[in-house]
Amino acid sequence: MITRKEVQHIAKLARLGLTEKEVRKFQKELSKILDYIEKLKEVDISKTEPTSHSIKVENVLREDASEEKNLEIRKKLIEMAPETKDGYLKVKSILK
Amino acid sequence: MHKDMELTELTITKAHQGLIKKEFSASELCQAYLDEISQKDKSICAFLTVFDEATASSLAEPHDKEVRRKKRTEFSANALRSTRATKDLALQQAKKVDEMILTGREIPALAGIPCAIKDNILVEDLRCTAGSKILENYIAPYDAWVVKKLKEKEAVILGKTNLDEFAMGSSTENSAFGPTRNPYDLTRVPGGSSGGSAAAVAANLCIFALGSDTGGSIRQPASFCGVVGLKPTYGAVSRYGLIAFASSLDQIGPIAKTVEDCQIAFEAIKGRDPLDSTSVESEIRNSKFEIRNLKLGVPKEYFVKGIDPEIEKAVKAAIKKYEDMGAKIEEVSLPHTEYALPAYYIINPSEASANLARYDGIKFGFSKIRNSKFEIRNLLDVYLRSREEGFGPEVRRRIMLGTYALSAGYYEAYYLRAQKVRTLVKNDFEKVFKEVDAILGPVSPVLPFKIGERIDDPLSMYLVDVYTVAINLVGLPALSLPCGKAGNLPIGLHIIGKPFEEEKILKIGEILEKIYVRH
Repeated sequence: MITRKEVQHIAKLARLGLTEKEVRKFQKELSKILDYIEKLKEVDISKTEPTSHSIKVENVLREDASEEKNLEIRKKLIEMAPETKDGYLKVKSILK
Repeated sequence: MHKDMELTELTITKAHQGLIKKEFSASELCQAYLDEISQKDKSICAFLTVFDEATASSLAEPHDKEVRRKKRTEFSANALRSTRATKDLALQQAKKVDEMILTGREIPALAGIPCAIKDNILVEDLRCTAGSKILENYIAPYDAWVVKKLKEKEAVILGKTNLDEFAMGSSTENSAFGPTRNPYDLTRVPGGSSGGSAAAVAANLCIFALGSDTGGSIRQPASFCGVVGLKPTYGAVSRYGLIAFASSLDQIGPIAKTVEDCQIAFEAIKGRDPLDSTSVESEIRNSKFEIRNLKLGVPKEYFVKGIDPEIEKAVKAAIKKYEDMGAKIEEVSLPHTEYALPAYYIINPSEASANLARYDGIKFGFSKIRNSKFEIRNLLDVYLRSREEGFGPEVRRRIMLGTYALSAGYYEAYYLRAQKVRTLVKNDFEKVFKEVDAILGPVSPVLPFKIGERIDDPLSMYLVDVYTVAINLVGLPALSLPCGKAGNLPIGLHIIGKPFEEEKILKIGEILEKIYVRH
């Protein structure tokens, strides 16, 4: 079973706040799901290349140039942020 | 009243005929559907947004009381622009089509056709929740590519449909706004995650709908609700404006009452979009065939333990019908079938955990940044608390699972291994497709289940996707088509095609559709 500490570590990596109750819940649930996924170990993959996309994906490039978006779009996007100042997004302090 | 009933039973083709023959106007058609929704959707809860507010949210039973309690008392700090009533926009669009018809202009097949859009696809200026509290007050700033295409064809958008939160689920029970109910039996689920779209089509609340399919989310609800659903080839339809879930698997597609309608809707939305680099212009392939030259494969791995005997019976009967009509049925083997599901449940949460990192309480969506009740001291607190309260149980589970699979020390054991198994699953299909034109099988191993039956056991919910996820891993097109019932509950046939052979599987489906008359 996954340890408490592991669950708390993953939650921290995922920036996901968990209640004490949930830590215990995830210990059980994730363990059960991961046990099922153990099945993959039965497969011989020693000579297999990984597939990340089902179709051939190629990089699509564009010119590296800045583009002025119209004011209305800009306003719409900025307005969605919970806190703004002078047209910028405002965040809480990063360092304590 | 009698006339309205008839209007809501039309297909795209028949409604189009009626419009150009002036048997009814687009406004009458639109109003008939709006009336139907206001009457019937109280019990089905297929729609989240039609009448200027979250319809289902105010009517449906909450499944997470804690979240629901908080939901109404605490609002996102979003500067809320007012949502324009979807209903008024729909009627306005219908009126525009009526004017086009009056002036004698030729109208596209979708002009004036009332449709519904899954609520993880953006429609400019309308709320787009993805079934999540974290986007409860998010107003889409632009149209998804597919919506732009529908608008160009003058379709009428009635509203946004319910889904499992961020499309994660197989029952629509994971919506933060309450479950949708199966129109065939209101105590049962409509499937998911596009359960709202499938239920809306099945209950005649729209003529067709758009859904998205990451591991079966179009096909399984189509099967559960007795309607037709098409998951196109990966890349056939642009994902621009689809709220990202698992980007190498997601694909938008239509849900409709008939195969022909699915084809019309698919034609309208497909094609290359410069804003989605994975989208391509499908090659036009010759899809003509004689049924006696048709080779259909039936994987022996699909009829093993776990499948409901009624489903096995109905699917085998459908396969027999193809054989009776002269098609050659061949038993084929997809040896890695049982490994597709565990591989999927690593790849899917891994991609999801990365995609959902954007919901941080800073840029848009639900945020605790201004909350003074909690002690929000720094940026990390904003992340932790916004995501803690904004995401529901299944989304948190996938974020945790995906983060685990991608974390240092586990990447090779889980993610890389799953990607290699994905290659083997793909090889299986490629080998079989050298021999056959299409593959037939069941869409789901189980019949529509009771609301609440599986929600507390995540693994039992995942197992419902056993036949559908492999198709997304490989990126193939696949159709779900009604092929009978067990009692009152619909059963779907799965028709899987080669890449970009949507037209062929649709034609194969149409053959069977002619035999099984709807309802």
